[in-house]
Amino acid sequence: MLEVKNLQVRVEDKEILRGINLAVKAGEVHAIMGPNGSGKSTFARALAGHPGYEVTGGSVSYRGHDLLDMDPDERAREGVFMAFQYPVEIPGVNNAYFLKAALNAKRKQQGLDELDAMDFMALVKQKLKILHVDESMLMRSVNEGFSGGEKKRNEIFHMAVLEPTLAVLDETDSGLDIDALRVVSDGVNAMRSPERSFIVVTHYQRLLEYIVPDYVHVLAEGRIVRSGGRELALELEEKGYGEMTGARK
Amino acid sequence: MSTATKQIEELANTEYKYGFVTDTEQDIIPVGLNEDVVRLISAKKGEPEWMLDWRLKAFRAWLKMTEPHWQNVTYEPIDYQGVSYYAAPSEKKKLNSLDEVDPEIRATFDKLGIPIEEQKLLSNVAVDAVFDSVSVATTFRSKLAELGIVFCSFSEAVKDHPDLVKKYVGSVVPHTDNYFAALNSAVFSDGSFVYIPKGVRCPMELSTYFRINAKNTGQFERTLIIADEGSTVSYLEGCTAPMRDEHQLHAAVVELVAHKDATIKYSTVQNWYPGDKHGKGGIYNFVTKRGICKGDRSKITWTQVETGSAVTWKYPSCILQGDDSVGEFYSVAVTNNYQQADTGTKMIHLGKNTRSTIVSKGISAGRGQNTYRGAVKIGKNAANARNYSQCDSLLIGDRCGAHTFPYLEIKNTTAKVEHEASTSKIGEDQIFYCESRGIAKEDAINMIVSGFCKEVFRELPMEFAVEAQKLLGISLEGSVG
Repeated sequence: MLEVKNLQVRVEDKEILRGINLAVKAGEVHAIMGPNGSGKSTFARALAGHPGYEVTGGSVSYRGHDLLDMDPDERAREGVFMAFQYPVEIPGVNNAYFLKAALNAKRKQQGLDELDAMDFMALVKQKLKILHVDESMLMRSVNEGFSGGEKKRNEIFHMAVLEPTLAVLDETDSGLDIDALRVVSDGVNAMRSPERSFIVVTHYQRLLEYIVPDYVHVLAEGRIVRSGGRELALELEEKGYGEMTGARK
Repeated sequence: MSTATKQIEELANTEYKYGFVTDTEQDIIPVGLNEDVVRLISAKKGEPEWMLDWRLKAFRAWLKMTEPHWQNVTYEPIDYQGVSYYAAPSEKKKLNSLDEVDPEIRATFDKLGIPIEEQKLLSNVAVDAVFDSVSVATTFRSKLAELGIVFCSFSEAVKDHPDLVKKYVGSVVPHTDNYFAALNSAVFSDGSFVYIPKGVRCPMELSTYFRINAKNTGQFERTLIIADEGSTVSYLEGCTAPMRDEHQLHAAVVELVAHKDATIKYSTVQNWYPGDKHGKGGIYNFVTKRGICKGDRSKITWTQVETGSAVTWKYPSCILQGDDSVGEFYSVAVTNNYQQADTGTKMIHLGKNTRSTIVSKGISAGRGQNTYRGAVKIGKNAANARNYSQCDSLLIGDRCGAHTFPYLEIKNTTAKVEHEASTSKIGEDQIFYCESRGIAKEDAINMIVSGFCKEVFRELPMEFAVEAQKLLGISLEGSVG
């Protein structure tokens, strides 16, 4: 599904990723962990195509296509989704309208008919139920005035409606209390399928108790320094990043 | 600067969609302005003596005035002697039905999507179409007449309803009001006239469509709307012009009179030719619009979506004379490329418990300069007057500008006046967020801008809100995306 080779990324002339290698197969869940500043979020944003993140080397192949050659909106329509660490507010644009535009852009690309308002609402209501999201969220402006927890839940809701092939969750657990964390995790777990892959970026092991990964990778100073199964996350929890990554405490 | 900004500005400019010229025979008087020209215009329209006298009074006043330059815009000097003050499609015989309108002109209005054909009953909009200087067709007139509503061209009103015209013309915007109003009063060619009798709710939207076609002409139309006691009317005007390399002057006057318990809703979608992307050509839109809430509990709402013109200079205002009267102003003004807009409103509170609301949304892109200028005056007898003003500016790119000049003059201590202002840039993060959901950049910008304007769009009649939203997208294509 996804093959990242020697990916190097720069942000404002600062080299952040210094050669990431990662292969994700369909149906797998990969967790990317690491201390602050290790490049976790940079990796997520580079995959989504954020304009502020300049790829200076390496390659990313996604379902046989050169992902780096695609614009961010193209990537999204091809099934790449990123749940934002800090979801953005768009005043005056209602959430349902926004999602309908997004979904129909994707359907158009896939050669499917665009959904009309009725069909769309039927689909959305079904997703709301699964995620325990209040219907009022549809009519509010995108993320405007949402609490931190609501914003994160809205990201998962967007994901549920858009049904991506590859979902990248950028520190979706940050700022969530335990109940919200459970709701968000349930949402993600409900979407796990043999055709869909996840890359879960997180600082804490806690999230991985709820979203159980197949693989865990530890990132430090722009490189993956260790990879393993989910037990690696537990080891991290125990020893801390300092020892694992060989950095000074 | 940032890549998004650069990309935004790199996107190709869309040509002005309404920039065609209609080939129809024109009756144009030679360029230049003097008393004889004023007399000639009046004679061509077969006006009575009192109307000519009024024009001449205005002309003489205009001669003594100087063009104002306090507004925050710059433009090449206007040669008032280089303009023709009257242009009309030459067929001047009285038209009995719409079928008699010159097919070329009808085709023009068809192209513009103006329903001047009565068979378009469904749209439920009565239209008065003004082509260059002359009103060419007014639809639904007989249906409206059954209710006693008068909706006709200004020239017809002068002939058929002289008492009303005599009583109200210049009563809200005196012929000495300002330089451009004086000029208009002297040379106005046509426009629309509306009278809604007591207690009548006008059952359909009334609409005037203005089009400048001829070269080297100015358009000076005059609109007068009178809503008698307890009546209600919603009126819409739309404007387009062909693409011309030289600037053309549009100096209109609109007067609204709302009597006791009457409501007037006046909406404008202004899309005069804005000039090309280098700032060549385009309309100078110097307009005086003012309404008076004469009676108690009367209400006037101005809603404007201004996307066209090279230079806009316009402050639709309300004089709140009646007690408990209400004035509202909702505005979206877009400036792209080299467009400049200095627009806003004046709310003059004279009566007790008068209320006013101002919501202004300015959008600047390219090298556009957008100025909000608003005055709120509370007179000393206006007890418990209230005003709320909200003034938001949105910047797209980093070469445009937004300016805000609010003026407050309060002479009564019981007044409550609130002013809120904000300036924001379309963030790269907002665009990226939309893109990361699969929405293309141009659509993302349209969506963000429409969201920004939502409070104003919802004040427009339904069909026009959709139209306005589309227009906004077109106006921002190019240096925006």
